[in-house]
Amino acid sequence: MEEIPTPSKEQPHHPLDDLIRTDRIPHIWCPGCGIGTVFSACLAALKASGINLQKTVMVSGIGCSGRAAGYVKLDSFHTTHGRAIPFATGLKLANPELNIVVFSGDGDLFAIGGNHFIHAARRNMDITVICVNNLNYGMTGGQVAATTPYLAKSTTTPAGNPETPFNLPLMAYACGATYVARWTMLHIRDLTDSITEALCKKGFSFIEALSPCPVNYGRRNKQKPLDMLKLYQEKAIIKNDADPATLDIDFEKGIILGKFIDLDRPTFIENYDKIYRPSRLQENVPELNS
Amino acid sequence: MLKQIEGSQAVADVVALCRPNVISAYPITPQTHIVEDLSVIVGQGKLDAEFVNVESEFSAASVVLGASAAGARTYTATSSQGLLLMAEVIYCISGMRLPIVLTCANRAISAPLSIWNDQQDSMAVRDAGWIQLFAEDNQEAADLHIQAYKIAEQTFLPVMVCMDGFILTHAFEPVDIPEQKQVDDFLPPFKPRHIVDPRWPRGIGLYADPRFYMETRYILHRAMEKSEKTIKEVSADFAKTFGRDSGGFIKTYKLKEADVAIVSMGSVVGTIKDLIDQLEEEGKKVGLLQICSYRPFPRQEIYNILKDKMNIVVLEKCISLGRGGILASDIRWSFPRAEKKDRNISSFIAGLGGRNITSDDLRYMVERVEKEPVELEFLGLKKELISDKDL
Repeated sequence: MEEIPTPSKEQPHHPLDDLIRTDRIPHIWCPGCGIGTVFSACLAALKASGINLQKTVMVSGIGCSGRAAGYVKLDSFHTTHGRAIPFATGLKLANPELNIVVFSGDGDLFAIGGNHFIHAARRNMDITVICVNNLNYGMTGGQVAATTPYLAKSTTTPAGNPETPFNLPLMAYACGATYVARWTMLHIRDLTDSITEALCKKGFSFIEALSPCPVNYGRRNKQKPLDMLKLYQEKAIIKNDADPATLDIDFEKGIILGKFIDLDRPTFIENYDKIYRPSRLQENVPELNS
Repeated sequence: MLKQIEGSQAVADVVALCRPNVISAYPITPQTHIVEDLSVIVGQGKLDAEFVNVESEFSAASVVLGASAAGARTYTATSSQGLLLMAEVIYCISGMRLPIVLTCANRAISAPLSIWNDQQDSMAVRDAGWIQLFAEDNQEAADLHIQAYKIAEQTFLPVMVCMDGFILTHAFEPVDIPEQKQVDDFLPPFKPRHIVDPRWPRGIGLYADPRFYMETRYILHRAMEKSEKTIKEVSADFAKTFGRDSGGFIKTYKLKEADVAIVSMGSVVGTIKDLIDQLEEEGKKVGLLQICSYRPFPRQEIYNILKDKMNIVVLEKCISLGRGGILASDIRWSFPRAEKKDRNISSFIAGLGGRNITSDDLRYMVERVEKEPVELEFLGLKKELISDKDL
């Protein structure tokens, strides 16, 4: 008679465990939150990209998504609110060999830190910025953000948001980003592929990942936990190379996803070296050829 | 009307009764409930005000600066990193003599990141020319806002009402929320001194070269000193109108006969008072001096009341790194040089980053200073977490 093996008392390993500080788990993200899915897409992409993880750093700002820096088993920095990108800029300039991933939320990157985003894109800093967009400030309890849809309710717009939200891919493109994509946390393979591609690409890459926040955003806008996912499924229109000006998020007409921008221009460091360190470039030439 | 209410809600309700025209704030723990509650009050049409949601504290402070300069009564609230981000505007607001009222829900400062209570944040801007009032409980926090508008609009100095984050902001206590009429009678409509108005063009905050700059600082310093009188008058007036003592300069508890005088401010004075009662039963005479107005600093009052006390201990939730206790320095400065010799002024730092200050901690502190004066000690420090390598 065949012996039935006793199940191991040890927890089964997750395939991404080697990239996670497992001692920090359980994480703080709420039930139904999409950040964990975007985070695991990011970790899977880090593996798939083949970049040297010993020379990869994750930088986050403040907020729910900002906690990612605390869970990843890489060199990581949890900066002050909104300052992930300038912090990443400093890291890159001090050590251009590093691969820098900024993983943060819409509130952190586009409200309090919005100024830094536009200038890093303008300079074409060689970093990859992943923005989890959950349409509100989740960590502080669901206040209106720069991405909250017009008329949506939040704890600081109880009668509806009177403001117009950002079209993030348009802003990234207009500021000079060389790679711009948008996916939802439901489109996990596309999202993972896109992050992989962005990690391997030189220059300022930006990926917006739409993610539900049922506890704060959904609850106040009469959405059940699965409603946002259904919207992602039903309203998603995959349209690569779409005109960035047409990418406003519209939950009725459709949410356009895809890779919108993929072009090349010199990075900040390349331009800087050309003008201020021409000798270094020359010195490096034989090395580069060898 | 007495209500069982969260501290933040009490502050929001009372601020609304003060009829601000423009409110602008950015959410930050533990201040968030105050502005959420105000947004609901405005959203329900109970207060006719502009509620401006902004993208950072820097913008929040700038919005109320502009609104105040245009003649509006304004309100904002923040904490910790938010107050530090506002710092540039904080100095401009006092420099432009704009009577803005701000609530600081006191919280520790990064790094490392902490959302919990201490008083380092407001200390970081103590020299900015803002009146700083510290609340002991939620009733006082609510009352201080009504007084703050009156003080600010009489002195043309901004007022920061400091209340301990979580310990007060998130605590439910019975708070007497006054009627609108009572507040209206106490607080007349804001009469701005200078308004930015295209009909009478004037510039504020403009360039002052070395021929002029220093005088502006001197005038501001004198205005801060002179505001002492207004703070006292408004507090006395408040007591007369509303029937309870709130705010003012300093308060004492069983200090007259005390052998040991504890000096502190904020919510911890409640725990101190409990301990004083316990010690009294055990036959020990300990008293309290509570600082309500930290800036302007009530030096003369403190001297008058403490001049016979030879054993003083200062307990505070903040530190000047490289120097020591901040409030302790102020207290030590309150005595003339010649009188300092025989007087022991001990300094204790406690509760940083939200560590609880227990009655046992305070009992230890009193027993410690009964034996010998203490130059500086961190109360409740976990020595086992610190290795020699760290030092």
